[in-house]
Amino acid sequence: MYGFEAMTFNIHGGYLEAIVRGYRSGLLTAADYNNLCQCETLDDIKMHLSATEYGPYLQNEPSPLHTTTIVEKCTLKLVDEYKHMLTQATEPLSSFLEYIRYGHMIDNVVLIVTGTLHERDVQELLEKCHPLGMFDSIATLAVAQNMRELYRLVLVDTPLAPYFSECITSEDLDDMNIEIMRNTLYKAYLEDFYRFCQKLGGATSEIMSDLLAFEADRRAVNITINSIGTELTRDDRRKLYSNFGLLYPYGHEELAVCEDIDQVRGAMEKYPPYQSIFSKLSYGESQMLDKAFYEEEVKRLCLAFEQQFHYAVFFAYMRLREQEIRNLMWISECVAQNQKARVHDSVVFIF
Amino acid sequence: MVTSSSSWARALVQISPYTFSAIGIAISIGVSVLGAAWGIYITGSSLIGAAIKAPRITSKNLISVIFCEAVAIYGVIVAIILQTKLESVPTSKMYDPESLRAGYAIFASGIIVGFANLVCGLCVGIIGSSCALSDAQNSSLFVKILVIEIFGSALGLFGVIVGIIMSAQATWPNRA
Repeated sequence: MYGFEAMTFNIHGGYLEAIVRGYRSGLLTAADYNNLCQCETLDDIKMHLSATEYGPYLQNEPSPLHTTTIVEKCTLKLVDEYKHMLTQATEPLSSFLEYIRYGHMIDNVVLIVTGTLHERDVQELLEKCHPLGMFDSIATLAVAQNMRELYRLVLVDTPLAPYFSECITSEDLDDMNIEIMRNTLYKAYLEDFYRFCQKLGGATSEIMSDLLAFEADRRAVNITINSIGTELTRDDRRKLYSNFGLLYPYGHEELAVCEDIDQVRGAMEKYPPYQSIFSKLSYGESQMLDKAFYEEEVKRLCLAFEQQFHYAVFFAYMRLREQEIRNLMWISECVAQNQKARVHDSVVFIF
Repeated sequence: MVTSSSSWARALVQISPYTFSAIGIAISIGVSVLGAAWGIYITGSSLIGAAIKAPRITSKNLISVIFCEAVAIYGVIVAIILQTKLESVPTSKMYDPESLRAGYAIFASGIIVGFANLVCGLCVGIIGSSCALSDAQNSSLFVKILVIEIFGSALGLFGVIVGIIMSAQATWPNRA
């Protein structure tokens, strides 16, 4: 019952909620980012990061450092924290935490299949996979020739199996089909997650509905913009949009027929929350769209922490950490390539 | 009063007043302790988790646990007071209006104290949990949230006061 969760939430979730809030206090602040942005070399970055929570993970790395090493170690910290929480969780929190990983699993599957298509080595691809999305038989993905084999050999045993029902065709895997497969899987995953949160009820379902609706809408806009000028038909495009969110169903109808960015902008400006995002961009520009979406997402994620006794704080924390790792990657790349002027282009401050 | 047409009234007044008194005393201590325990576990689980990252909060936030515990103590005190009000009456006078009144007074007093302490314990527990989590992030918030807790713990006190006033009226017939 909404409003009375405070009476029973702490039986199973109290300890973990307190832990995740403790982790949140370790996120980098604007002052940390300012220090990092003023670094000259990657060793400076390492020195600044050792004063933060990333210290124990980076201190044993030998110089010279690579940006990929920094990102890898920071991701390792995220994975450790996630596993710590997952092992202590009971149902339904453990199911909720598992759902957070499925998105990464989908990305890993697509990464390996694409890499195999382009004749890359499986070991090299496995190293690039996100650790949160690993599962046992992932290396076997390199063997599959089409989607039916993909499903039958590997994915039927994984949690992604139910998301494949819309995607099984006998077509061979090529770049276009893989992107369609990725988006179809992600659509099924988002809808499944949404239904799961609705079943949980209470504050969790309210906050998660908002966050997932934003995610669905953002993906719809990205799919539209990326498929302008490709051979994806309008019907195919419409099939990739999720069936929930602020844009469903009328916004999707408008987006499906868009042929350039200004039409997309026209369609989105009818929705007040997205109008403010699009008003920050001048006409014809789409590079800043990603950053604008990230900023809006971070704002909503921070708001999730305002309420107590719900599960959305776990989701919000994982997403904020991922945003932080993206920020660190951008800063490290800018410093490594001596493009310090562009550092502020893509760093989203969390606090 | 007993009337021939109202069978419920007849059934109720034929229950011994000691039954009502005993139930009242049981509720006063039992439900108060339920409230206190509920509050303590709500606060305690958040406090343990938050203290991992911010160990400085542990000693100050034990105040929340103490406020919850006070609720249980109120229940014990009132139960002891109520049981001293129980006296024997001769069987002939057991169903007199006077002794029924005394029985009902003890019952009501027990219910008042029990349920007031139940909600007070819950209230203080939930606020204590939020207090621990906020203190871990920003230590200036502790004293402000403590004020809310103090108002919350006053609820149990109201229950105890009314319960004791109520039980003062529990005078059995042979003393009247």
